Amino acid sequence: MRKLWQFHGGIHPDERKSLSNQSPITQAGIPEKLYIPLQQHIGAPAKALVSIGDTVLKGQKIAEAQGKISVSIHASSSGKVVDISNHPVPHPSGMLDLCIVIETDGKDRWCELETCDDYSTLQPAQLLEKIRFAGIAGMGGAGFPTEVKLHPPRQSKVNTLILNGAECEPYITSDDVLMRERAQEIILGMEIMAYILEPGECIIAVEDNKPEAIAALKTAAALTRIEIVTIPTKYPSGGEKQLIKILTGKEVPSGHIPADIGVMCQNVATARAVYRAIRFGEPLISRITTLTGLQVQQPGNTEVLIGTPVRWLLEKAGYAARKQSRVIMGGPMMGFTLGNLDVPVVKTTNCLLAADAKELPLPPPAQACIRCGMCEQACPADLLPQQLYWFSRAEEFEKAEQHHLADCIECGACSFVCPSAIPLVQHYRYAKGKIREQKLEQEKSNNARLRFESRQARIEREAAEKEAKRKERAEAAALAQAAKRAESATDASEPASREDKSALVQAALRRVEAKQNQQAIANGSAEPVDIETLKKKLLRAQDKFEKMTAALDSARTSEPDRVDALAKATQASREALEKLKAELLAHPQNNEGSTPEGPALEELESNLSKAQGKLALMLKTLEDARINKPETVEKLERAVEKNQERVDAAKHALEHALSSSRTSEASSDKNDTTAVKDIT
Amino acid sequence: MTLLRITSPHTQGAQRTANVMRTVILATLPGLGVITYFFGWGTFINVIWCSICAVAFESLVLGLRHQPVGFFLKDYSALVTAVLLGLSLPPLAPWWVSLVAIGFAIVVAKHLYGGMGYNPFNPAMVGFALVLVSFPLEMTTNWATPSPLLQDPLTFTQTLSTIFGTPSVAVDAYTMATPLDVYKHEISHNTAVVVTAKPVFGNFVALGWEWVNAAFLLSGVFLIWKRIFTWHTPVSMLVALTVMSIVFGWDADRYTPPLLHLYAGATMLGAFFIATDPVTSAVSNRGKLFYGAGIGILVYIIRTWGSYPDAIAFSVLLMNFAAPFIDFYTQPRAYGHAKAGRSESEG
Ligand code: SF4
Ligand code: SF4
Repeated sequence: MRKLWQFHGGIHPDERKSLSNQSPITQAGIPEKLYIPLQQHIGAPAKALVSIGDTVLKGQKIAEAQGKISVSIHASSSGKVVDISNHPVPHPSGMLDLCIVIETDGKDRWCELETCDDYSTLQPAQLLEKIRFAGIAGMGGAGFPTEVKLHPPRQSKVNTLILNGAECEPYITSDDVLMRERAQEIILGMEIMAYILEPGECIIAVEDNKPEAIAALKTAAALTRIEIVTIPTKYPSGGEKQLIKILTGKEVPSGHIPADIGVMCQNVATARAVYRAIRFGEPLISRITTLTGLQVQQPGNTEVLIGTPVRWLLEKAGYAARKQSRVIMGGPMMGFTLGNLDVPVVKTTNCLLAADAKELPLPPPAQACIRCGMCEQACPADLLPQQLYWFSRAEEFEKAEQHHLADCIECGACSFVCPSAIPLVQHYRYAKGKIREQKLEQEKSNNARLRFESRQARIEREAAEKEAKRKERAEAAALAQAAKRAESATDASEPASREDKSALVQAALRRVEAKQNQQAIANGSAEPVDIETLKKKLLRAQDKFEKMTAALDSARTSEPDRVDALAKATQASREALEKLKAELLAHPQNNEGSTPEGPALEELESNLSKAQGKLALMLKTLEDARINKPETVEKLERAVEKNQERVDAAKHALEHALSSSRTSEASSDKNDTTAVKDIT
Repeated sequence: MTLLRITSPHTQGAQRTANVMRTVILATLPGLGVITYFFGWGTFINVIWCSICAVAFESLVLGLRHQPVGFFLKDYSALVTAVLLGLSLPPLAPWWVSLVAIGFAIVVAKHLYGGMGYNPFNPAMVGFALVLVSFPLEMTTNWATPSPLLQDPLTFTQTLSTIFGTPSVAVDAYTMATPLDVYKHEISHNTAVVVTAKPVFGNFVALGWEWVNAAFLLSGVFLIWKRIFTWHTPVSMLVALTVMSIVFGWDADRYTPPLLHLYAGATMLGAFFIATDPVTSAVSNRGKLFYGAGIGILVYIIRTWGSYPDAIAFSVLLMNFAAPFIDFYTQPRAYGHAKAGRSESEG
């Protein structure tokens, strides 16, 4: 018997699972139209590969994964693409999103699939690629791309691979029946995952209220090393962090992922999808969904094609909306209500719960918090929900954060037990949304300040440089004037002009020297020298050196007698360059061990990555908002768009600034070169 | 047909604030019964009288604050305050003492401090403390003599008329000092054996009081079992009181002995019904341990060295003061955090 741990808190809501787990899995059938959203997962939406009018086969890829975190989308049945447009999708905010609409032909013709009898003939990398292109994303609820999750973690190896079959939410039984009826496939899927990850142990955790599922899994896993662990029924034991605590006694450190402590959780349905994808080449085009609630006449579990409209599905199961009805996607603890039944079933739709107010009574009006502490006793994240509530209500977000609001998993246990019926989770969602907004604001203003400061510094620097150059040129002009006068004084003969030219070369040389001195002075006086300035100087010196070398080269072929002088000038320039390099290397700020050869490139790169990082952060925020704070999504989306533009603009500006500073350098240098060229 | 749109969770537990309060009130009934048996109808009448006044004051204030009277009355919190106050007052305290106490408790201590859930001090104890310091005479001389010591105890109507100001009999004949009071004063010039031989101490610890306390102890255990509150506050309070009285009061010839501390006065009522008032106590389990222990220690100190015979009210109020600080320093360690307390990731 395996040692089990306990997580703090938890509740025992009415399970009501027997409503839907009494009958075998049925086939939902093919609706007339399928609405397949391009984004059913966390990450970047897939890109449509088909256009209106195309005929598609079942299993055909119709949208391609984009970027690192993304999965492909496939046609759930054969038919014709009739539209690619915005359509309501399952989301708390009731938003619209791009969907490929397929008019089915009822023939359900498969495209050709690539089967594989023995996964061990393939490399893990190949298997991962197959999983990615089979469009598999976590089917337990979050929809994180499975391939990304299955990648060996950054530093540590996965010691414990856990399949989550806890299914602790009331009403939902899709995993339960799946484990009963497809235990073999789940086990085989887990073996593929284990082949990829090579974990020390493989566990399937099931709550003890599913004895049939446990028996089926035990039989199927008899000859494998997979251990079926029965855990006590308690909500939310299926929460990833809670399950890890139960099975390993370890806690995922705040702000980390389970892989950081060598643990990985996958859903049982995901394991089955992995198996079917590898063995039969079947992409993820259907899933088991629980149809339940007293408003559904024939509750049960049914295999639904992705994209099937909820209305069609519910009506087939004998649903008629009554007064004060709710249709919840997901379970009663964490699911969200649908405002529109035209939304399709997606890869994460594990349950559709149709209930009226008798079955799931409306929350009574909230009373004052009596600080009874029941919420704290129930919180599986060991938080102080009532404190968080006070802080959220009083908009003291900083305090809420200090009380680890971010660690709240929004399980709803606190709201459930609260005797004053305070909608606590709602308050937390609000506070979380606000905090995110503030962070974005903060970042925006920070970035603006940085941009402003660097721009200011650049302008000053450029002004100083211009001034120096102006002086230089004036000097050179005076010299040239003097030379000219000397020339006019002597005979206008070749050698004289040659001498004159050499005088000009001398002048050029002097200019270089002067510049060197100036730099030396600047270096000496402007202590401490900013590494950025140093880098820029180096860059300019490099440019100049290159030009000198080029001039020298051309002189070598066309003006052999000029070579000497030019070589000297080039040498001087090289020396300046070396000196700068040395300085840069010796600079205290230069601790990244950057190569002095490519400061500009490096800078550009870092700018780019910074911009990208910010973009990613914002996208993530938006993602979070989609899940947590539906009301703000639209606003956020607009904000993100604007921000993206701004980031782009900033990026361009930076690039432009860099290249222009180079060209302005170059153009002023050109004067020098032209001066040299004039001679020839 | 429009569908309802509400956020999760979509289901609630059965426990309602009203149920909690009702359960607490019901749990006081055995204790009230025992009090009535040993000390006559006085406390019973007090409880009823306080309840009537409490509802009246509550309605009045809610009306003035333009809040739905019915909705808030239904949470029974005013009644809990009234019952606890009624149980704490001397059985034969005159009606106006109760009126002042409950009025102050509801109007000032509860509503002027922000209303239900916001009040930093236990309203019942604020009311009690006010009348204790304002009317020391009424509050110390009206403790009923245990019925077994009386030839013919006061009848219900006699008690009623005594409390409401037209005594048909001389009250003095029916009152006596409480055992805690007696012990404290007598022990300075007597030995423990002599003191405890007095009839007020009965055969066990303190005549009548021991059963009253036992009743509240049992009800308290019942409430813990019903998960109305956790064991932390009462247990830590009782342990602290016991430890204090063993450490300092080991010599029964000089100080009140532990058993008397535990089974006389309002100890058990205080531990299980007053200190556990959620609104005004510490929040986390660890915090409650400190909070309860603080009350236990203060009770001992005030009873022993203070000038009041009992000390529940002052101890609870003093710890009410400390509760926010205790909360601040006893934040539980959240899941996935190495340390308890404030987030270490905060800059
Ligand atoms: S359960 Fe509700 S009433 Fe009790 S402390 Fe928490 S928020 Fe307050
Ligand atoms: S919703 Fe958050 S605060 Fe409430 S019980 Fe769950 S984790 Fe704790």
